[in-house]
Amino acid sequence: MQSLGPKVIIDNLPLLLDGLGNTLLIAFISMIISIATGFLFGILRTSKNKLLKLITDIYLEAFRIVPIMVWLFIMYFFVPRALGISVSGEFAAITIFVMWGTAEMGDIVRGALESLPKSQLEAGLSVGLSRSQLFIYIQLPQAIKRIVPGAISLSTRMIKTTSLVVLIGVIDIIKRGQQVIERTKEAFWIYGFLFVVFFIICYPLSISSKKLEEKWAN
Amino acid sequence: MEASKEVLLNIKNLHKNFGDRGVLKGIDLVLHKGEVLVILGPSGCGKSTLLRCVNGLEKTNQGDIIFQGKSIYDKDIKMREIRQKIGMVFQSYDLFAHMTVIENILLGPMKSQKREKEEVLALARMLLEKVGLGDRENSYPRELSGGQKQRVAIVRSLCMNPDIILFDEVTAALDPEMVREVLEVILNLAKQGMTMMIVTHEMNFAKSVADRIIFMDEGVIVEESSPTEFFENPKTERAKQFLNKFEY
Amino acid sequence: MNFEFIQKVIPMYVKAAYVTLYVGFLGIMLAVIIGLICCFISYFRVKGLNRIIKIYIELSRNTPLLVQIFFLYFGLPQLGLKLSGTVCGVIGLGFLGGSYFSESFRSGLEAVSKSQIETGLSIGLNRWQLIRYVILPQAFSISIPQIAANFIFLLKETSILAAIAIPELVFTAKTLIGLYYKTNEALLLLTAGYLVLILPFSIIFRILERRVRHAEFGS
Repeated sequence: MQSLGPKVIIDNLPLLLDGLGNTLLIAFISMIISIATGFLFGILRTSKNKLLKLITDIYLEAFRIVPIMVWLFIMYFFVPRALGISVSGEFAAITIFVMWGTAEMGDIVRGALESLPKSQLEAGLSVGLSRSQLFIYIQLPQAIKRIVPGAISLSTRMIKTTSLVVLIGVIDIIKRGQQVIERTKEAFWIYGFLFVVFFIICYPLSISSKKLEEKWAN
Repeated sequence: MEASKEVLLNIKNLHKNFGDRGVLKGIDLVLHKGEVLVILGPSGCGKSTLLRCVNGLEKTNQGDIIFQGKSIYDKDIKMREIRQKIGMVFQSYDLFAHMTVIENILLGPMKSQKREKEEVLALARMLLEKVGLGDRENSYPRELSGGQKQRVAIVRSLCMNPDIILFDEVTAALDPEMVREVLEVILNLAKQGMTMMIVTHEMNFAKSVADRIIFMDEGVIVEESSPTEFFENPKTERAKQFLNKFEY
Repeated sequence: MNFEFIQKVIPMYVKAAYVTLYVGFLGIMLAVIIGLICCFISYFRVKGLNRIIKIYIELSRNTPLLVQIFFLYFGLPQLGLKLSGTVCGVIGLGFLGGSYFSESFRSGLEAVSKSQIETGLSIGLNRWQLIRYVILPQAFSISIPQIAANFIFLLKETSILAAIAIPELVFTAKTLIGLYYKTNEALLLLTAGYLVLILPFSIIFRILERRVRHAEFGS
């Protein structure tokens, strides 16, 4: 067969971009929800309650030890059978990404909150602030400078991890790429293109995360 | 001890800039063997930079430093061989955090001077004993007080058998009650005839240890005299102002 | 839950766990080597190479492993370069992990304070002695938590190699689901497999971290 070369990318661009839309949508929805739930989880994790600490520790460790790949399988193959429901690949992916994102985002929030020197809190208390005022006026504004870079960097991890959804039957950019390859056998150019696409999306995010972190370091 | 006439160190027209700012603007200085030179001056006057230049930690912009008759900038001379003869003790002690006291002391003599372990160990133990730390050779720096760390740092420098030791505000980071134990060690060294250049803010110590005082301000040597003369009868207005700040 | 089935397939999982460890270790070793080389080049700012290293690190960190290995496994044969799944997996892990290790090593090196280096110079150590006796020991203990995290991260990433048919844990589970429809048992064993593989490392690293920190810097 005559090789198409890079032209294969241009010919199939609409199809590939359609897949990319799906990929990014899954990452975006998961990230937005994770930010909200992660904040709550992070605040829970600063609690002094031993039992709560243990439970949240185990929850976080579950995602640190068992690969996301495995969690996706559990959500896609096991949960539907156990509960007798049908679950789409997209739904399974977003559910797992949110659960994982909550754990990671929560750890970022906890780290940021706990990094504040104790004297800041004591100074706040000494001027008569309540616990919630302390959080809103003292802790949050300072912690946010650590949370934002962490959250951006988490979103690049989320986007990269979204590549796995092809393995549970979601029609994402990789699946679209595979369809094109089946027709044209241009694996080199298509996977090369996918490599570049992920880089173009993730690179600006990781650079901005690094820049913000440096800028806000002091 | 009376200083001999043998010139150990000769600094000629030394200039050093940080960016556009001149920190040293033409320093000329001669140091004889056995002499104790104390450098005084307000912060930012360039006194620490001068010491760092002598130990080759700062590149200079102009001028020369002659040590034992040879320029330290000579191409044939290795800076690290010079450094083995010029000891330096820092304000922040800087013991190596991952090594015990004795490991800190042995590192230089054994690795850079390739001396025998037994010989250095004996010397190190003798010196540790002398500074009152004979029982701490296996302690880690974190287990020592600031004053103890600084005494170890001095022993570490002494074990290199240097021809001169530079002291850069060695008591500035210490709690007041620990200053004395460190200064006493230095005073003893002076009695034994060690050549030293000392930057300090301890005026009484300066008075008792120095053979000669130089007073620096804004990168130049403003005044140079004997300790009695400097403290009782300073010649320049700037030196008077400086000394006034220490009297209350 | 069918325990007879579980008993029957456990040997397959043991074999798969071995493949996971084997490919994982090789990949991690390659990543450490790449990381060391990159770290030294960027720490000493070797001209020319420094730029290439920077580009590599950004490429490696900003693309998914799945795409990297698909490119190696399916893309390269089009150019006539056919690599086995295991080789692709190891190279993929090395390519991905190299940048992570490089960054960890570098941050450790850069965290060694300037004054410790100056003190080393002032007792006459040469450049190599300075690195060997002062910089490396301190940098290493600073980097340990990150090195451990990278190690576990890469070991987990081997799960993605199922996509190029390397018979590791995930691939084995997937095959069993396909063959016998014993989803529950297959996934239970899969999860247990990762717990058995990764939990011990996680615990060992945590203890090691605490001990090294304590020995070198106290508290």
